[in-house]
Amino acid sequence: MLKYIFKRVAIMIPMLLGIALLTFMLMRLSPGNYLDTIRLDPQISKETIAYYERLFQLDKPLIYQYVHWVLNLLRGEFGYSFYYNVPVVQIISWRLFNTFILAFASFLMTWLIAIPLGIWAAVNRNRKTDQAIQFFSYVFLSWPSFFVAMILLFWASQTGILPLGGMHSPNYENLNLWQQFVDLVKHLAIPTIALSIGSIAALQKIMRGNMLEALGQKYILTARAKGLPENKVIYRHALRNAINPLITLLGYEFSGLLSGAALIEIICSWPGLGSLMLTAVRSKDIYLVMASMMMGGILFIVGNLLADIFLAKADPRIRYDKR
Amino acid sequence: MINDKDNSSIPINEFQIGLRNFKRNRLAVICVVILFVLYGIAVFADFLSPYSYRNENRNYSYSPPTAIHIAHDNKLSWPFIYGTQLTFNDFHKREYVVNKSQRYPIQLFIKGEEYKLLGIISCQYHLFGVQEPGRLYLLGADSRGRDLFSRILYGSRISLSIGLIGVFISFTIGLIVGGISGYYGGRIDDFLMRLCEMFMMVPGFYLLLAFRAAVPDNFNSVQIYFAIVIILSFLGWASLARIIRGMCLSLKEREYVLAAKTFGLLDIRIITTHVLPHTLSYSIAAIMLSIPGYILGESALSLIGLGIQDPYASWGNLLSDGMSIVRIYFAPWILWPAFFIFLTVICFNVIGDALRDCLDPLLKSEGKE
Repeated sequence: MLKYIFKRVAIMIPMLLGIALLTFMLMRLSPGNYLDTIRLDPQISKETIAYYERLFQLDKPLIYQYVHWVLNLLRGEFGYSFYYNVPVVQIISWRLFNTFILAFASFLMTWLIAIPLGIWAAVNRNRKTDQAIQFFSYVFLSWPSFFVAMILLFWASQTGILPLGGMHSPNYENLNLWQQFVDLVKHLAIPTIALSIGSIAALQKIMRGNMLEALGQKYILTARAKGLPENKVIYRHALRNAINPLITLLGYEFSGLLSGAALIEIICSWPGLGSLMLTAVRSKDIYLVMASMMMGGILFIVGNLLADIFLAKADPRIRYDKR
Repeated sequence: MINDKDNSSIPINEFQIGLRNFKRNRLAVICVVILFVLYGIAVFADFLSPYSYRNENRNYSYSPPTAIHIAHDNKLSWPFIYGTQLTFNDFHKREYVVNKSQRYPIQLFIKGEEYKLLGIISCQYHLFGVQEPGRLYLLGADSRGRDLFSRILYGSRISLSIGLIGVFISFTIGLIVGGISGYYGGRIDDFLMRLCEMFMMVPGFYLLLAFRAAVPDNFNSVQIYFAIVIILSFLGWASLARIIRGMCLSLKEREYVLAAKTFGLLDIRIITTHVLPHTLSYSIAAIMLSIPGYILGESALSLIGLGIQDPYASWGNLLSDGMSIVRIYFAPWILWPAFFIFLTVICFNVIGDALRDCLDPLLKSEGKE
């Protein structure tokens, strides 16, 4: 297992660097860099700018700059953010954490609602309840998530039940631990719901399909013929087989979740990686952009890896080492 | 599966079986009709809309939807609207006062701004409208007093075409890469698949932002439009290529491919005429299901101000007005574009699902996976 993990990660590293190279070229393709912005500032002397240029090797050829960045990366340095005036790692780490909170909350909500809903729909196949669920799935699947967020924010502004965007209340520091948690959950509610609604609909459909397939298998017939109670047939025999394919999906879902989260973060002003990326791209803060992209890639790899490991635990038929 | 009694309509090929199954799905057929109507609207937007997308009248900033009356002095009459006047109340809130002395009947085929029908025929007639100085706002007005209804119609041109062009480009790339990768295998396959995975690894929206950063600021609207289409299709090709590749892997083992090889056909010929066509039935469903991604991608970009720029209209760009809660409160009609996005997306989803279901038996016979 460990060998397999190492192999997987080893393949991914050149790809990550490839992403960084692509990002680097994209950022340098457009005219101007961040220094051009501060050049306009009369308060910053020419010497400072020249110093910066030397420091970040901006006067050297492009390929040299990239290699320089990669070498720094090996030493654990992600570069310097021009816009925030601090090392990239400092900003990115807590932004990454925030995005992770949001993604995790949405993930939890999606799976906790979609799986039971899918099972229920499959068991009650073609009845009124199933039809209703399928109808609403279509509706929610097609509702753009940003629109859900806009509507929810508007609703919150009218009722005042939930805070409008951001992550903490202004008095966050003065609250005790429990109150801080409640505050966080309140701020999480809108972005999480906006992010989850579409995924719930999608996952529910897949779960229903898998469950129907599992229920049609011969071993279900055997289980029923043995006289097992229906509950056991469904939850012991059908469910365990129906849920396995979803675990593989889990890893890929994660990347999609981050992608969707970026837009929601921007709309709900959640201080995560996605909204950071927007700021960085707009201000041509090149190292911040590259680091954010790398983080996105790394999260995806980790997500997939976790899914694979989890799958091996859940399904004894899967052995990675014996190939 | 088909037990129709008259022999004349026995389907000849797989596609006709698929089409027949598709027609049984009434919901999907309705969606096809809706999409045809929407695309028809996009083509004839300038004729159907009472005003052009940049016709503004700042005296009617955020004017609410105009009420259309059909009764005057308790007598039925041809539909007409009353003139309105912008006033501010004690709290400096905009209020539009109806002036009953001004009546503007709605006229059909009214002469208005000149435009080029289908891009060639010069024309002045609009399907409906009112005489100046009356202003007809079916769905209300935006901040500059431009008719939202007209702007939605014009916006449909951008929002709907971006899906089609985008899917065409990414599909072409996907077919080429997937075909080559699956057919040749080995090193080429390895390299191309790693490339695909590279694109799939980064969250799409991050990649979208990075690509957008490379677009120069001095691009004009048409250039930005094409830049967005190309960026969006660059994000979409990878997953498609992987699936096509998987299908090609099994297709190339077929006897007819071997036969083609023994005839000495060029590889490119074999790929394009003997391998790729068999992926078509899957591809059609995949195309339908991926179009919403382009529409939503454009909307998202425009929503955060990185997409289509004012005065040009796209649904996402129109919706960006609603990013402010205050504006939603005072002018809720600015959310209408979302309804059109929703309608289009749901239609493509339903059609795509229906296609996948009815082409499924074909997929199995063609050795998917």
